Amino acid sequence: MSSKNKTWFSLNLGRKEKESSKSCGCGKTSGGCGSSSNSQHISNEDFDEAVIAAIGDERQKDGFDQVFDVKMDRRTAFKKLTASLAIGAGAVSTSCSMLSGDESKEKAQIDWEEQFKGNYKLMTDDEKNATVNRLVRSYQLRTGKNLNMSSKNAEDNVLFGYAFNISKCQGYMDCVSACVEENNQDRSSQMQYIRIHEMKDGKGFNFNEADDNYYHEVPAEGHFYMGTQCFHCDNPPCVDVCPVQATWREDDGLVVVDYDWCVGCRYCMAACPYDGRRFNWSKPEVPEADINKNQHYLGNRMRKKGVMEKCTFCVQRSRAGKNPACVEACPTGARIFGNLLDPNSTIRWVLENKKVFRLKEDLGTEPKFWYFMD
Amino acid sequence: MRRLKVFKSLVMDSLDTITHGSKRYHIWMAALTFIMLVGMYCYTIQLDQGLSVTGMTDRVSWGLYISNFTFLVGVAAAAVMLVLPTYILKDIDFKQAVLIGEGLAVAALIMCLAFVIADMGGPSVLWHMIPGIGVFNFPSSMLTWDVLVLNGYLFINITIPFYILFRHYQGKEAKSNVYIPGAFLSVFWAVGIHLVTAFLYQGLQARPFWNNALLGPRFLASAFAAGPALIILVLAIIRTYTAFKVEDKTIKKIAMVVTVAAQINLIMLVSELFKEFYAPTHHSESAYYLFFGLHGKDALLPWIWTAIPLNVLATVLLTFHKLRNNFKVLFFSCFILFIAIWIEKGFGLIVPGFIPGPYGKIAEYLPTKIEVGVTLGIWALGAFVFTILAKTAIGIELGKLRYKKKK
Repeated sequence: MSSKNKTWFSLNLGRKEKESSKSCGCGKTSGGCGSSSNSQHISNEDFDEAVIAAIGDERQKDGFDQVFDVKMDRRTAFKKLTASLAIGAGAVSTSCSMLSGDESKEKAQIDWEEQFKGNYKLMTDDEKNATVNRLVRSYQLRTGKNLNMSSKNAEDNVLFGYAFNISKCQGYMDCVSACVEENNQDRSSQMQYIRIHEMKDGKGFNFNEADDNYYHEVPAEGHFYMGTQCFHCDNPPCVDVCPVQATWREDDGLVVVDYDWCVGCRYCMAACPYDGRRFNWSKPEVPEADINKNQHYLGNRMRKKGVMEKCTFCVQRSRAGKNPACVEACPTGARIFGNLLDPNSTIRWVLENKKVFRLKEDLGTEPKFWYFMD
Repeated sequence: MRRLKVFKSLVMDSLDTITHGSKRYHIWMAALTFIMLVGMYCYTIQLDQGLSVTGMTDRVSWGLYISNFTFLVGVAAAAVMLVLPTYILKDIDFKQAVLIGEGLAVAALIMCLAFVIADMGGPSVLWHMIPGIGVFNFPSSMLTWDVLVLNGYLFINITIPFYILFRHYQGKEAKSNVYIPGAFLSVFWAVGIHLVTAFLYQGLQARPFWNNALLGPRFLASAFAAGPALIILVLAIIRTYTAFKVEDKTIKKIAMVVTVAAQINLIMLVSELFKEFYAPTHHSESAYYLFFGLHGKDALLPWIWTAIPLNVLATVLLTFHKLRNNFKVLFFSCFILFIAIWIEKGFGLIVPGFIPGPYGKIAEYLPTKIEVGVTLGIWALGAFVFTILAKTAIGIELGKLRYKKKK
């Protein structure tokens, strides 16, 4: 949908438009939700029928059910049953143990369901709710505290975009700390989604000589500042390369990660031309008191070790009608965020009235992050 | 039913073979087991604390593991250089070597898969990648292609030698119409695994050092040099320490393959260097970093300046017939060529792809001891698997292992 409504200049470097007909019955774009794999087990005549039936089923199914509750022949069924029995035996022994109390049983049950749930991208709204409820309950059982987690989907007629005013930014880095606090990033490795590059006047946009790790008073004389983060590309290379579709572009343009589905191969990191992705090299640590308890499944909920994460334009805020934390924190007003499809939004005004540009446009990634100057 | 019985007997016999041997053999296997255990210990530390125990960071996010993976795909693909002449061109001189080559391919592939798993952040959720149960992002992600071709190649390289050995074990000739189609397939497949692995890197517009049309062909050339070079060394060891006869003619023919591939590889290297340094652009910075260092950061210089002279020296030595036909020189050249390509295709290819970073940041990478431990462990695993496979295969080929022939 984005390509039709696009109002900005786009370099069409011969790349093929992703057609929406690729989208599968589970309601999301691009295939691979499992529906197509059924074909190998059934005869050709039943193929069309079965596909429709299977896709229909998946609308109500979660996790393994997306795959298990489909038509299959006896041999496949037997194979899958044996596999699940073996796994199930383990679960039964943990959850039915006479020694453990109700809470630990519930914990084991939740862990079990979480370990074997499906890809969030392919879940129905009910399933999304279910996993969010499990995560909230799990947190409650573990820490005795409550948190608020949303699974709000993208709204219609919304496409988020971002603009950065290079003339205004003074390098205060309030955006960086606001981002870290808002998004529960790992404090021990000092993970930051935003990098502010300090550049020398008169050298143009020379990233090579820029410093993105300065510790002196700002604004430093003879310098200007430029922030980078995930640009939420319309044609994101990171999404294409993910072997398990653990990262994807939502309908409102946000490129998100399902932390529970990611296998941690870091291929997306190699594919990103904008240094927009971060990896949890060890178990992320956030002091209990500092945890932002207003969370979104795709956003700032707690991550685990060995998975990717990234800027989501603060999905927990932006989908609730608020600005991302970096925009709100910026003391100079250099950061502008809004709905590209709303003709009255500030971001649209900027795109229409300022000389805007984007980084590495020649790569055909179509970032939704523009720079401009007063 | 009868086949099962034969199979059972084969397994028993091969277990018997691999657990008996000379003192030297036992020391070798014990040493490998020890290294594997050390590797496993290092891996448990990595599992416990996360990949932060490696030298990798957000700036250089692939390191020693993926380097070795890339190199070993090449070694695996090299078996085709023996399969093609033996099975399809019916060149009798290669017959002795081909089973060894295929065994080497199996060992290399197992190491490849082990390296990929060692590199994963979440090995416990690897089932997400299994087609059918998980979500397999095919054909969009080149990594899924790689999973398919590597496992397919592993399957082919297990089944063909197994069929042949299984027949020989029963004292029968292997029927060529059974294994020739498989051998034929494996020829194309071998090219496929290496091209697909190259495409894994070549397809990333974010990394100009990799995003280069020569990467795939150069992968093939270097693989067909390093792989057969290793096979020559292995054959040399086997014919010294076992009764297995490998004729000089066979080794000389494989040496010819190595020579041609090494020459082509060198030509491609020159072409690459010319492109990077004649009219350097912004995209040549990685090459500058690799060969000369950037802004005083030069961690890769000792590596690449070891690799290039070794590579050139080996190719020159191999090019002269007199030198190549002298086995002492041949084995030496093969050894240094193998080392040179291991550096060039591993460290020299993967690490500079990330340096400088997308915004010019130069953060260097050095593997940690734990990473080196896991890597050595996986190499020991490969050597272990290969020794087992080769010992059984040699036993059958020499006629020592036969169905219903009890001593």
